[in-house]
Amino acid sequence: MMAVKTGAELAVRVVDLVAGYGEQPVLHRIALTVAPGEMLAVVGPNGAGKSTLLRVLSGALQPRAGTVELFGRPLATYDRRALARSLATVAQENSVAFQFSVMEIVLMGRAPHLGPFHLESPHDLAIAEAALRRFDLVELAGRPIDELSGGERKRVFLARALAQEPRVILLDEPTAFLDMRHAAEIFACFRSLREEDGLSVVATLHDLNAAALYADRILMLKDGATAGYGAAEEVFTAERLREVYEVEVQVGRNPATGTIVVYPGVGTSRLPRP
Amino acid sequence: MNRLAVAEKVSPQSTGRRTARAAHLTRARMAMTLSTLAAALVVIASVATAFGSVHISLLRAVADHASPDYAILIGVRIPRVLMGAAVGAVLAAAGVALQALVRNPLAEGGILGISGGGAFGAIVAMVLCSRLPGVDELVPLAAFAAALISTGAVYRLAQLEGRLEPFTLLLVGVIFNAFWGAAIMLVNSVVNFYFTHSIIFWLMGSFEAPTYREVAMVATLGCAGFIFLMWHARDMNILSLGDGEAIELGVDVDGVRRAIFIATSVMIGAAVSVSGIISFVGLIVPHVLRIAFGADHRLLLPASLLAGAAFTVAADLLARTAIAPAELPVGAITALCGGPFFIYVLRHEGRRALIR
Repeated sequence: MMAVKTGAELAVRVVDLVAGYGEQPVLHRIALTVAPGEMLAVVGPNGAGKSTLLRVLSGALQPRAGTVELFGRPLATYDRRALARSLATVAQENSVAFQFSVMEIVLMGRAPHLGPFHLESPHDLAIAEAALRRFDLVELAGRPIDELSGGERKRVFLARALAQEPRVILLDEPTAFLDMRHAAEIFACFRSLREEDGLSVVATLHDLNAAALYADRILMLKDGATAGYGAAEEVFTAERLREVYEVEVQVGRNPATGTIVVYPGVGTSRLPRP
Repeated sequence: MNRLAVAEKVSPQSTGRRTARAAHLTRARMAMTLSTLAAALVVIASVATAFGSVHISLLRAVADHASPDYAILIGVRIPRVLMGAAVGAVLAAAGVALQALVRNPLAEGGILGISGGGAFGAIVAMVLCSRLPGVDELVPLAAFAAALISTGAVYRLAQLEGRLEPFTLLLVGVIFNAFWGAAIMLVNSVVNFYFTHSIIFWLMGSFEAPTYREVAMVATLGCAGFIFLMWHARDMNILSLGDGEAIELGVDVDGVRRAIFIATSVMIGAAVSVSGIISFVGLIVPHVLRIAFGADHRLLLPASLLAGAAFTVAADLLARTAIAPAELPVGAITALCGGPFFIYVLRHEGRRALIR
């Protein structure tokens, strides 16, 4: 059983969040907490509100109601530059308008720490180089970003987020375009960052098995409401997954690690809707 | 099939060339690049001062202040070279900033309707006030005011729900540019033949007989705008990542867009008010520099200032001397040399498309 923590000890604390665009709210009364060093995976079918939740946590979307706190302080009271020094976001897709080099993109992560007219100091360069090493990009440092493969590009933007020296990082489908090896490497990398630096991670994931394997906790959304919140064992039950995803599934255990594994079954199980 | 094979043959070579470029901006690289460009500008400006439609002796001009050589040097050559340098510098630097603003290397003052508005204002003032005294003073003022009013209108119309959307801005600007072109042609078709030469002057651009006061005006407004742009140079880099990313990196995206837009309008308005529409400088100089020195705006902005000045002074030298004693419009030279050169650079740049 997890000890109850006060807001100041938590990296992220969300209570009774309601948020959306236009008239219709997308998220209804969401609550979650992320402690320093923890990873929370946000899962759910397409359109469940996962990306909207990330947008609220990043400060890009103002909540309608409820509390969103970062290290015990309401998110709305942070100014943008201060927020960028505590929190980094990696979007699902990234486009770059001009031909910047990999190193230049990673150094852009230092912007919230620098004033106008400043060139990056040796300290900034050291941080960017460490981020490049972390994601195995050292050889690519001088390459133009538009000549890289999808997986390499993704790692560049992860490195850029790391160069911000954030304490919380938000990842929108970090492994969507990656093969199995690179996906595993990225999760391993974030695991060591969490253990060494107490970095907190909130990631939306479609891959339930990755969520079960790497995240400390799972938030499952359906139609903008919480359909499950807790450890993978509690959230990923066959019955609940069938209800949320409307598809037949079997839930088992990975024989090597003992973690939950979700096997897709055959056919859909459309439940009668109220 | 054939084209594919060529592309494959080109690609490793071009990758190799790119890898050779430094991975990021350093103080040494900045100093090296800018001092080389400054030296090139000094050489070109000196040549442009020494040569012109009339042959003068610089030695005699310096030795004898009563000589016609001195009068030509001080009264004609030097202000003209200074004007070419100031206008070219302003147009190229403003081009870089506008391209960052709309995240598109095709933007420049002409395409956003700034220069067209200015030229229209100048022409209307010239035609309507031709009998008033002091009209020569009034025309640049009218051009400047019209450029600002036109950009103000573009800015207002491109705003959707309080946000300046780059693509909308580009589209509204293109429409305004076409509109001003048509309005100028309309004026041209109804006025006295006597005005046609002046209208061509505004449409093609020229540095004919500038005064030191005009040079000082462009230089002052240009410098002010440039410092403003340099203040936001790193923000321009980050804007390339997209609005969402830029906001998350702590950039006040709407504020920076507004600042760039106002600064470039003032800069281009000042340039148009004294020289008419000089096209291509704001497009070609940034593009070539981006290929040569990379996309970092902290280097690109000052580099384009110097290279824009050098390119325009050289084009004006050609305009003055090619068919001397007659003169070509410098805007025609920049477009005639600029167009094919631009295509050449694009083709040889390899596989990368101008827009993705």
